[in-house]
Amino acid sequence: MDKVLFDSEKGRIDRKSAGVEVNPFDLNALETAVAIKEQTGAEISVLSMGPNRAEEALKEAVARGADNAYLLSDQKFAGADTIATSASLAAAVETIGAYDLIIAGEMSVDGDTAQVGPQTAEFLNINHAAYVSELISLNESEITIKTSLWQANYSKSFSYPLLITVTKDINTPRLPSFKAKLKARKAEVKNLTLADIKEKLKIDKVGFKGSPTWVDNIVVPAEISRKTKVFSEEEKESAYHKIKEILIEKNLMED
Amino acid sequence: MAAKKELLILAEYSQNKIHPVVFELLNKGQKLAEKADLNLSVLLLLPKKIDFSELIAHGADKVYYMEDPVFANPDEFIYKENILSFLAKAQIEIVLTGATNFGRSLAPRIAAGLKTGLTADCTALDIDEAGNLIQIRPAFSENILAHIKSDSRPQMATIRYQEFKKGTADRSRQGEIIALETKIKDNPNLKDIKKLSDREINIAEADIIVAGGSGVKNGEDFKLLKELADLLGGQLAASRDVVDAGLIAKEYQVGYSGQRVKPKLYFAFGISGAPQHLAGMKEAETIVAVNTDPSAPIFNLADYGIVADLYQVIPELIEMLKN
Ligand SMILES: Cc1cc2nc3c(=O)[nH]c(=O)nc-3n(C[C@H](O)[C@H](O)[C@H](O)COP(=O)(O)OP(=O)(O)OC[C@H]3O[C@@H](n4cnc5c(N)ncnc54)[C@H](O)[C@@H]3O)c2cc1C
Ligand SMILES: Cc1cc2nc3c(=O)[nH]c(=O)nc-3n(C[C@H](O)[C@H](O)[C@H](O)COP(=O)(O)OP(=O)(O)OC[C@H]3O[C@@H](n4cnc5c(N)ncnc54)[C@H](O)[C@@H]3O)c2cc1C
Repeated sequence: MDKVLFDSEKGRIDRKSAGVEVNPFDLNALETAVAIKEQTGAEISVLSMGPNRAEEALKEAVARGADNAYLLSDQKFAGADTIATSASLAAAVETIGAYDLIIAGEMSVDGDTAQVGPQTAEFLNINHAAYVSELISLNESEITIKTSLWQANYSKSFSYPLLITVTKDINTPRLPSFKAKLKARKAEVKNLTLADIKEKLKIDKVGFKGSPTWVDNIVVPAEISRKTKVFSEEEKESAYHKIKEILIEKNLMED
Repeated sequence: MAAKKELLILAEYSQNKIHPVVFELLNKGQKLAEKADLNLSVLLLLPKKIDFSELIAHGADKVYYMEDPVFANPDEFIYKENILSFLAKAQIEIVLTGATNFGRSLAPRIAAGLKTGLTADCTALDIDEAGNLIQIRPAFSENILAHIKSDSRPQMATIRYQEFKKGTADRSRQGEIIALETKIKDNPNLKDIKKLSDREINIAEADIIVAGGSGVKNGEDFKLLKELADLLGGQLAASRDVVDAGLIAKEYQVGYSGQRVKPKLYFAFGISGAPQHLAGMKEAETIVAVNTDPSAPIFNLADYGIVADLYQVIPELIEMLKN
């Protein structure tokens, strides 16, 4: 993530400057889906809201095992915060049709809010489980997952539909085979625009206009600089005395 | 005269106690509430009523609570339904909650239910001249700090644990305690919920951390670090490389993809100081690094560095501390 621009006039990040790639956490989400497909024969659809360039990422998802790919793309979605993003995604989900399980990554590596999963569940008015690190069991009518909340590990069993957000601990994503990659190159990505999902939308406006939050300013944090005192091998003893001093000074000595 | 609007803290009650981030938020919340001319209130949902006087002593003007056995488990759906039923009628300007796992899972649902903005994982907060909340959060792997504002009400934010200090208690403070009705007690789609285990290791709260990296050769050798940690009443921790290598459990990992810690004293033994590791510990009060390589980047951040073999240093430190 070396090239990201901030458009100070419009108060938003210019994401054109960043590459469009599959968010690493979403590879874990996709791997989870593929494992379920292998077990149950489920059908996998992938949905992304983003610019046309995101088509490549969707094709990669097909190479990794997805059956259908949808790109929700419209100029009017630009500048969306998590509320506008989630409302748009939820409307697209309802437009696409029936589903049992929605899987999202724990968070993205850029905005990194981890909000889109739970908010999409709210707009769909379904249950969600976040921080899912294991699928304990699953069958036609129920799914049991492991999640980490309240400084403890919990198992939760739900009936469908459900949305989960998965952590990196859930699996190790497999690489697509060369053959699968070739096939995916020809995969068809279905396009959805604002007009297609409008009926199902639960907010009045989308994109920047439909977003209650905005980035007012971007600051590069000051480097924390400390005065470092380095002791050499020969000066070890004085270093130990210093450590003892610190422990006493900070009142950290066990009595 | 219209009643003053409120700054509300959604308080996590877990492990039979109020999560410590709540007291940090009360301290910061007092300053924000004063600046924005708001009352400071707390909302708790819990299985059994407790003594709320600590909350008032730490700055709450009002404590709202819902008491019901259903709140013995972290079920976001039940929580959000009840919180939304309360917020629909309240005069709330700002809602703050700790960015714990539960907070980060629950707050987005509430914000979406209200169609209001939510800023994630803030590390600083302020009030601007117009009385709006300025929400400051790191983004892009901590490379930038974004200042975010919301034009909807309430303004909502989750705040990281250990960003603000807990204040001192003032037992003479007066406050109001208000019982609320639990409206929704059933979640038909949740078939079962049980606690599997407590996460016993909680490195985020330790005053002293003794961390080891790839300089530690095998899992057995972490016992040496553990001995030092125990002697100091501190907590063992690790870099990602040794976690990935299977030498120590993931719960011990400090860094960007692990825990963020802010101890009074942080020991880094055989840790090179990669940016992703520093992201988790750079705000420690004092950092002591031990590394055989004088050019290791950790020495740029540490307060004290010792260029030496950790296998020599640790036994010698233990020896000294025992005397
Ligand atoms: C510096 C910065 C700070 C920001 N801070 C905030 C903030 O505090 N609050 C706020 O509301 N917005 C914020 N935003 C905007 C937010 O990043 C965007 O709305 C973004 O498109 C979605 O949020 P996220 O990246 O945080 O995703 P997350 O919620 O972290 O993503 C979690 C998962 O949701 C799914 N997902 C997310 N986006 C999409 C998508 N477009 N299509 C399909 N699936 C998706 C994926 O499965 C992903 O793994 C910020 C943006 C920037 C650049
Ligand atoms: C997306 C992403 C997220 C990441 N998240 C994290 C994270 O959360 N936490 C994290 O820690 N890392 C994280 N990393 C990994 C990080 O980049 C580094 O690889 C890692 O921190 C290095 O671990 P280390 O310092 O233990 O090992 P090394 O870099 O191998 O350093 C070992 C050090 O030990 C010293 N040494 C060797 N023997 C001795 C001895 N006998 N006595 C004293 N010193 C000795 C060496 O001189 C060296 O400096 C992440 C990376 C990525 C890409």
